[in-house]
Amino acid sequence: MAHLLAGGGGGRGKQQATTTGGGSSGAKGDHGGHQIGVSSASREGLRYPSNGKTIYHRPLNRSKTAELSQASFAYLFSEMVSYAQRRVTGIQDLEKRLNLQGHPIGLKLLDLLLIREPARNQTRPLNIISLLHFIKINVWQHLFGRQADRLEKSLNLETPDDYMIYDNEPLVNAYISVPREMSHLNCAAYVAGIIEGVCDGGGFPARVTAHTVGGKEEGEMWPGKTVFLVKFQAEVLEREALIGKG
Amino acid sequence: MTVFALIIINKAGGLVYNRSFSDGGLNKLSTNDYLVLAGTFHGVHAITTRLNPVKTPPTAPAPVPGMLTRPEPPSGLEVLESENFRLQCFNTMTGTKFLLFTDTTQANVDVTMRRVYEMYSDYVMKNPFYQLEMPIRCDMFDRKLSSYIREINNR
Repeated sequence: MAHLLAGGGGGRGKQQATTTGGGSSGAKGDHGGHQIGVSSASREGLRYPSNGKTIYHRPLNRSKTAELSQASFAYLFSEMVSYAQRRVTGIQDLEKRLNLQGHPIGLKLLDLLLIREPARNQTRPLNIISLLHFIKINVWQHLFGRQADRLEKSLNLETPDDYMIYDNEPLVNAYISVPREMSHLNCAAYVAGIIEGVCDGGGFPARVTAHTVGGKEEGEMWPGKTVFLVKFQAEVLEREALIGKG
Repeated sequence: MTVFALIIINKAGGLVYNRSFSDGGLNKLSTNDYLVLAGTFHGVHAITTRLNPVKTPPTAPAPVPGMLTRPEPPSGLEVLESENFRLQCFNTMTGTKFLLFTDTTQANVDVTMRRVYEMYSDYVMKNPFYQLEMPIRCDMFDRKLSSYIREINNR
C-alpha cells in the first residue's frame, strides 16, 4: 500500500519539498524541531518531518518494509468515499470520481514498478497480455501484497476484446457495506482507476470499471468478489492485431 | 452455552441494532418494546452511574511527577441476571452500549463482548455509508457477527 498513499498526496507534497529545498533549506536543517514546527505551521500546505526528510528523499527501491496499517488506510479510504459522495448526481458519477482519484496513482505506479524491476526487464509491457499480467502480478503485489485471483478474456461474442481481472475480496472494500439503495455501486472503482492509469501510461488507452459479482446468499464464499472489466480502445486492438500478424 | 441476542444502544439512548441469534431462550418482543427496553436501560444505567460516582483513586503516586491522574470513570450497571438469562453491558468510551443476552452458564462473555466491539469498530465505523448514531444496516457486520456467534453457540 505504500505508494498508494504516497501517490495520493503527491502533488502537494512535492511542492513542499521544492520550497524547502531551495534557499534556506540548509539553515532550517540546523535548527531544532521546534523552530521548524513554527515555521511550517505559519505556512499553508502539508507538514513535513522535523528532520526534513520527506517521502521524496527515500530511495525508490526500498520496497520490503513499506507496509502500512490497513486500519489507517480504511479510515482514509472511507473519508475519500465520503468526499467523493458530496454533490454527486448518481452512482455512476460517484464511481467516476473514485476512478479519477485512482488514475494518477496508476500513471505513477507504472514508472515506479518498472524502475524496481531488475535491469534486464525494465521495459514496459508491449502487448495486451503482458500488460495484464503485469497488472495482475506486479501492481497487485505492490498494492495489496498478493496477486489478483484470475485473469480472463471475454467469452461473449459481442464483446470479444474485453478482459476481466478478478479479485475475490478487494482490500479497499474490506470494511465497506454498500447500502441497498446503491447496490450497483462498487467502491473498487478506485482500484479500477489505478488500473486505467497503468493502461493509459503504458500506451494502451482503456476504460476500466469495477462490478460486484459475488452472490448475496448466506454462506457465499466470496460475497465481495469483484471483476474489473478492461475495455481497450479500438486503436489498441487494431495495433495488437497488426503486431500479431507480424 | 448460548448467546441469545445483541442490542446496541447509541449515546442518546436510542436503539441502533437489535439481533437475536437463537430461536429459543428469549421471547420475541415487539419493535416498540425493544425501543422502550433500550431507552429504559439507558436511563437506569445513567442512574446507577450516579449511585457510586467515583471509584476511590489508587493510593500509588503518579508514575511521572506532575502528570495528572484521573480517577476511573464510574461504570454503572454491568450485569443483570435472571433465572434464565444473563445480560452483560459494555459501555464504550464514547457512550455506546453493547448489551449481550446470554445463557446464565455462558463463560468468557467479556471476550465475546470484546470481539463484538472489534467487529463494530471495523465493519460499522470504517464504513463510509454509515451515519453516526443512526440504526446500523451493514451487511458485512451482520455476516461476520452471525458467523462468529454461530461458532460460539455450536461449541
